[in-house]
Amino acid sequence: MAEIDKEARIEVTDGALIPDSAEKSIFSAWNISFFGALIILIILPIVSPDPYKEILLFIPDGVAKTFQVTVLSIIFALVVGLFAGLGRLSRVKIINRIATIYVEVVRGIPLLVQLFYIYYALGKLVQLPRMTSAIIAMTFCYGAYMGEIFRAGIQGVPQGQMEAALALGMTRSQAIWKVIIPQTFKIILPPVGNEFIALLKDSSLVSILAVSDLLRRGREYASTTFMYFETYTIVALIYLVITLFLSRIVAYMEKRLKINGRV
Amino acid sequence: MAEYRIQIKDASKNYGKVEALKNANLNIGAGEVVLVIGPSGSGKSTMLRCVNKLETLSSGDIWVDDDCVTDPKSDIRKIREEVGMVFQSFNLFSHLTALKNITLALTTVKHTSSEEAEKIGKQLLERVGLSDKEKSYPGQLSGGQQQRVAIARALAMNPRVMLFDEPTSALDPEMIKEVLDVMLDLAKEGMTMMVVSHEMGFAKAAADKVVFMDEGEIIETGTPAEVFDSPKEERTKTFLQHIL
Ligand SMILES: Nc1ncnc2c1ncn2[C@@H]1O[C@H](COP(=O)(O)OP(=O)(O)O)[C@@H](O)[C@H]1O
Ligand SMILES: [Mg+2]
Repeated sequence: MAEIDKEARIEVTDGALIPDSAEKSIFSAWNISFFGALIILIILPIVSPDPYKEILLFIPDGVAKTFQVTVLSIIFALVVGLFAGLGRLSRVKIINRIATIYVEVVRGIPLLVQLFYIYYALGKLVQLPRMTSAIIAMTFCYGAYMGEIFRAGIQGVPQGQMEAALALGMTRSQAIWKVIIPQTFKIILPPVGNEFIALLKDSSLVSILAVSDLLRRGREYASTTFMYFETYTIVALIYLVITLFLSRIVAYMEKRLKINGRV
Repeated sequence: MAEYRIQIKDASKNYGKVEALKNANLNIGAGEVVLVIGPSGSGKSTMLRCVNKLETLSSGDIWVDDDCVTDPKSDIRKIREEVGMVFQSFNLFSHLTALKNITLALTTVKHTSSEEAEKIGKQLLERVGLSDKEKSYPGQLSGGQQQRVAIARALAMNPRVMLFDEPTSALDPEMIKEVLDVMLDLAKEGMTMMVVSHEMGFAKAAADKVVFMDEGEIIETGTPAEVFDSPKEERTKTFLQHIL
């Protein structure tokens, strides 16, 4: 029973690239990509205001929309994920089975297909607004991934914590909510940050439902001006700057958590 | 009233093919301090953990006073409130301060008001000599301090029995005494205690009874003098030569 606290760490597949903290040089991959992209974004409209300045004025609405979809979806996905994770660990067979099926189903269907399905196929039954459909689909999809993160996070809390809580007379659910879950947050914060970045990138898929996110705004501009190269260059650079910036924040959080150790 | 505070009767526990506990019988009276010794893997923890049902016996029965732990109809949570447990690895709640570690079960299990719980918590911290640490998190405390908080946390439920599973084995030598001192005080106050430990000093000073276990069986039971100074069983002798 003498479990030594292992450093609980959850690897997630599809986040942004995490800047390697060992890479200290100013010419690190992150620095080159981030500041390179930023400098191009600043210089282009100065050097050639037409069309770059116009594009940059046209697109910000889309950035706001992208964040709106991402933030709302991640919040709902966290709630769904918490219950999916608990379900996956539940001793009640039926709950466990339902949660597992949910995760398997979501993982087996491409997000783009899920988006189509919820908006167009289910639209035969209830026609939801585009934005709502988009958020539901992202929540449904990312809820499953969050569920796996929560599951790993809960399992990452040493067994002795549950035993100590039970030995004091707590019920399992009191132990889970008061002792285990609060300790998972530290473990899951970095992977949740990575999922946020992944979701932000995937949110570009909602442009297919004509939700006017960053990508959609670019498409709207390009299709009227035919300046595909210029527009999509800007769109790509904006995505890049945002995700690189966020990935740096996630890496920073991870480092802070490591330093603090077990506070 | 039951004759004994803890009664272990024909208790066996299997993990698959492993017989961790074989037909153990042990009676512990109110206020008795029982020391459980034996080599690693001999079933000491298993026996202790069956008393508060962290593990469930495969066969046999255990009573705490008049409550049958092994009866599926008993409310095990009520029994656990009466049976405090202290672990080798402390198992303090790492997200809570020392004080909150002590008050959590009071407020959630006993529904004590938070002011009252805090009062009890502060008294207990004073009792284990850690009044100045109420706001510290477990990670900021030494092993000895953590174990003293863990004892205070168990005492908060006002238990009738305390179980200690190698409470000093994870500690640096210089911290063992501060924990044993708290345990000695408890023993003097008349707490019924079941202690898995090889601390001879504590055994001589506080134990009423010593139980030697090997391969899941209770081999020998007696007073500390009987078991340590003139063990009857060959296995006990061999083991004692090892640890003394
Ligand atoms: N959860 C478990 N699963 C399987 N085997 C176990 C488990 N817990 C203990 N055992 C086995 O039961 C035996 C007794 O273990 P334990 O009671 O922990 O011994 P001790 O505390 O005296 O060192 C050992 O052989 C151990 O490997
Ligand atoms: Mg043990």
